[in-house]
Amino acid sequence: MSLTIEARHQFGSFSLDAAFTSDGGVTALFGRSGSGKTSLINIIAGLLKPQSGRVVLDGDVIADSERRIFTPVHRRRFGYVFQEARLFPHLSVRRNLAYGRWFAGKSGSGGDFARIVEMLGIGHLLERNPSALSGGERQRVAIGRALLAAPRLLLMDEPLAALDEARKAEILPYLERLRDDAGIPIVYVSHSVGEVARLARRVVVLENGRVTASGAAAEVLSAPAAMLATGRREAGVLLEGEVEGTDPSHELTTVRVGRERLRIAGVSAAPGSRLRVHVAARDVMLATSRPVEISALNVLEGRILAIATEEDGSVDVRVTCGDATIAARITRFSRDALALVPGKTVYAIIKSVAIDH
Amino acid sequence: MDWLAVSDAEWTAILLSLRVATVAMICSLPFALAIAMLLARGRFWGKTLLNGLVHLPLILPPVVTGFLLLLLFGRRGPLGAFFADYFGLVFSFRWTGAALASAVMAFPLMVRSIRLSIEAIDRKLEDAATTLGASPPWVFATVTLPLIIPGIIAGMIIAFAKAMGEFGATITFVSNIPGETQTLSSAIYTFTQVPGGDAGAMRLTIISVVISMAALIFSELLATFAARRVAAQ
Repeated sequence: MSLTIEARHQFGSFSLDAAFTSDGGVTALFGRSGSGKTSLINIIAGLLKPQSGRVVLDGDVIADSERRIFTPVHRRRFGYVFQEARLFPHLSVRRNLAYGRWFAGKSGSGGDFARIVEMLGIGHLLERNPSALSGGERQRVAIGRALLAAPRLLLMDEPLAALDEARKAEILPYLERLRDDAGIPIVYVSHSVGEVARLARRVVVLENGRVTASGAAAEVLSAPAAMLATGRREAGVLLEGEVEGTDPSHELTTVRVGRERLRIAGVSAAPGSRLRVHVAARDVMLATSRPVEISALNVLEGRILAIATEEDGSVDVRVTCGDATIAARITRFSRDALALVPGKTVYAIIKSVAIDH
Repeated sequence: MDWLAVSDAEWTAILLSLRVATVAMICSLPFALAIAMLLARGRFWGKTLLNGLVHLPLILPPVVTGFLLLLLFGRRGPLGAFFADYFGLVFSFRWTGAALASAVMAFPLMVRSIRLSIEAIDRKLEDAATTLGASPPWVFATVTLPLIIPGIIAGMIIAFAKAMGEFGATITFVSNIPGETQTLSSAIYTFTQVPGGDAGAMRLTIISVVISMAALIFSELLATFAARRVAAQ
């Protein structure tokens, strides 16, 4: 599977000029609001016709402005999950789900329907009206509706943005199952580092209508350049590890990252599964001797790799701990007081509850 | 209670009015839907002109509309001759002409009601249907149309009520022939023009009020039913 997108479009004073490729899995379009993410995904869907651009999926030219090819939206078979669920208010949940299947010519096969309904946990909602559903339920139905249209590509525009934290936590596992089980390539728009870290294989960072970084999720999200697009508060590193086990009495999960072990609170993941976590630089403390009697559970020994000076009196310190690199944001005062220089041995302290997963 | 007894001639007028209003309402619906769609969604040169043309019967004196209909759809009028020659449909001094006059007078009200409900639709729902594989005609049939049903019902009822009460254009275009073009309104008018006609005018007035109230209640019931089906998200 390969997807190539190129788009140039001018809206008033905003210009979009972006291109990226994907080779399957989840590709995240990542950036602040107003960076052009939604416009780009609408161009892929065909809802917006760019002044010039190309959409190619698996060698099949869906749109090409130079060759004057433009496949209309309804013939693209790209599923689209919108930020608001956009369920049809005059149809029951069951008929909402069946809507796209009919056009896909799959009304006869009941197996898919049962499997997707079961995967999304919406079996008990089928006879209800959309108005009687909670936000999280609606979004799950919307995902099911898109999947049942048998799409070649699934587009998701901040499907969790309108939901509170509890509802997000309710849907994220379904999205992970979708990524792992359905085998449909997904383009996922988000401005949340946590979501992108957890779901995406590749990340494309958009800023002011331009792609400022793109590549494997771990590289892009750990690079200092990501700070530009995501805001300095979100800057940090993405670590990928294997779940070793969970201590049920304390709800603590141990994840092995290289030779190091991280303990994380409030994760539901099976032992042996891969988990990606985002550690924000602002949540990491540094000490020059191993701290004792401290509530933070993760104390990693490492050596300072580099120190980057920022404008506002803080510095970003990158520390190699075994196979992982951790970023810590500390004040210039602390750097001077602790006499931190590259090569020095330090201890990085990460609170278990501060880790985004 | 003798004065409450409805004569045969009066029954004829009542039934004729109901037939004229029903035919006017049903026949103008497809055109009103198309024009409302065009005005709500279309972007074309002359849209303001079309909008003005549609609303013309609302602002012109009914007599003027009736006279224009007479010029256009009369036996020797360009459209009247066309319909008579090709479809055998004669409007002048027939009940069909009364239906045409009522339809023209009620048309702006029907278009307005449908247009407002089209404009109230969240077009994002239509986009969602398109991404699910529905072509534009299917989107219209499965999403747009069900969502504007309350507006269509309201438009039909208001058009029916307007057609029931239409007088000026009808009497100008097709005159006041008992049994052919004498509707409820014309019959009441006739009663008021003869000595001792007050009782007859009163009878028909009461019937007119009952029919209008019944139409209104019926539309309320339908609208409630439709609104429950199209419960807002």
